[in-house]
Amino acid sequence: MKTFDYFRPATISDAVAAAAEPGAAYLAAGTNLLDLMKGGVTGPSRLVDVTRLPGLDRIERLPDGGIRIGALVRNADLAHDPDFAKTYPAIAEALLSGASAQLRNAATVGGNLLQRTRCSYFYDVASACNKREPGAGCEARGGENRLHAVLGWSEACIATHPSDFCVPLVALDAVVEIEGRNGKREVAVEALHRLPGDTPERDSVLEPGELIVALRLPGEARAFSAHARYLKVRERTSFAFAVVSAAAGLRIEHGTIRDARLALGGVAAKPWRARAAEEILAGLSPGPDAFHRAAKAALADAKPSGDNQFKIELAQRILVRTLTLAAAGTPRRIPALPASPFSSVSGALHDA
Amino acid sequence: MNLSISLTVNGVRRDVELGDPRVTLLDLLRERLHLTGTKKGCDRGQCGACTILVDGRRINSCMALALSHDGADIVTIEGVSRGDQLHPVQAAFIAHDGFQCGFCTPGQIMSAIGLIGEGQAGDDPERVREGMSGNLCRCGAYSGITDAVLDAQQSLIEANQRRRA
Repeated sequence: MKTFDYFRPATISDAVAAAAEPGAAYLAAGTNLLDLMKGGVTGPSRLVDVTRLPGLDRIERLPDGGIRIGALVRNADLAHDPDFAKTYPAIAEALLSGASAQLRNAATVGGNLLQRTRCSYFYDVASACNKREPGAGCEARGGENRLHAVLGWSEACIATHPSDFCVPLVALDAVVEIEGRNGKREVAVEALHRLPGDTPERDSVLEPGELIVALRLPGEARAFSAHARYLKVRERTSFAFAVVSAAAGLRIEHGTIRDARLALGGVAAKPWRARAAEEILAGLSPGPDAFHRAAKAALADAKPSGDNQFKIELAQRILVRTLTLAAAGTPRRIPALPASPFSSVSGALHDA
Repeated sequence: MNLSISLTVNGVRRDVELGDPRVTLLDLLRERLHLTGTKKGCDRGQCGACTILVDGRRINSCMALALSHDGADIVTIEGVSRGDQLHPVQAAFIAHDGFQCGFCTPGQIMSAIGLIGEGQAGDDPERVREGMSGNLCRCGAYSGITDAVLDAQQSLIEANQRRRA
């Protein structure tokens, strides 16, 4: 690991000033950053440790019924906050389906949003990667790419965004509060992450020094709490990133879907909101016909970036399954295997 | 740059001059304090062999920068028994054959103590397995580990009830 200067600011403005310098990076828990530094994937010359900044570790209820979550709240604390888990159950389930208990105890909300892709070519410093080294080329494009993007990818980069947490966040119109050299601003989580285009080295719209200080969920998102699920296909049942995942929230009145929220994970460089599918569902009766139509619309623009044609069909099936489970109602308690398509109850159907 | 930190490790205050900002809590414990019970497996947050309690929570010490944890209260495998009296989780791992080669065991035991403290798994073996998924055991002692965690949790609950009675 390349060595670095370590700076622990006492205020947000000191942090922003220090992190705006070239070569600087923010450090929160470090569960992703230290891994990248150990592998030589990234080598910041200065770490700005934000873990002691005051006031960023709170979960607050807002007057509109929404919730404001400080950027330093740990993933496990958020997922196990009873009020949060009841109000935004699909988000709690997504959090608990990610990483391991040890990592969730450390990893922060802000860090989860800004974690980097787990594309193996990005991690392997012997491979060409445009995200790691602009202009170097993309070895994933002709390599082992069955887990890569099927939506929004470019010839320059076919990596996916790895977060589970972000998938229900974009479905529910979450917003991040940002502080930077030019003051404060807000960005919808849906607009935070960038598609690769010709500049895959830029994961997000954040400018140098900008710091996510909080995440906000609007009060309207509470309306989906009775019918909200997150589902995630992994190559092993626990402690693995998504091959494909989906978040669904439904508002059902008198047997009709009034409003739907849908997003996909593991399919693109950003958590993928499926608005066309949402529009199809509004006004329909929940059931296989509606769900299949919606799933087809959600993947209408998908195309394989390599040996991953299967992900397009898989994503549709996972959307149908997630919608089916959401329509059946949010479980009273998060299942023993969070977000798993496999039930631990023997005899339950494993196909939608 | 001041690179000295103070930690409480297994109840004892330790002042450490790091000399290098890159030191992780894992390397600090093993190389500076010579507490080698905490194991370095993958060193990348994937295997759980380095699990310790920091301020009562289980984390991967390999993914924790020591400088960032100035002032933390740390418990390692060396700090869980009372003299010759094993911690109930240690005793349960022996009783249930919760290990074979033993390399992952300190991490498994610290993770299990963390899991029991979190109180989320209850007596459901599936929830215990899920809650322990951050600890790999290449000998495959998972069945014994799950039994040990459930048994230890039960004995800790009973011990607490006796104390209250």
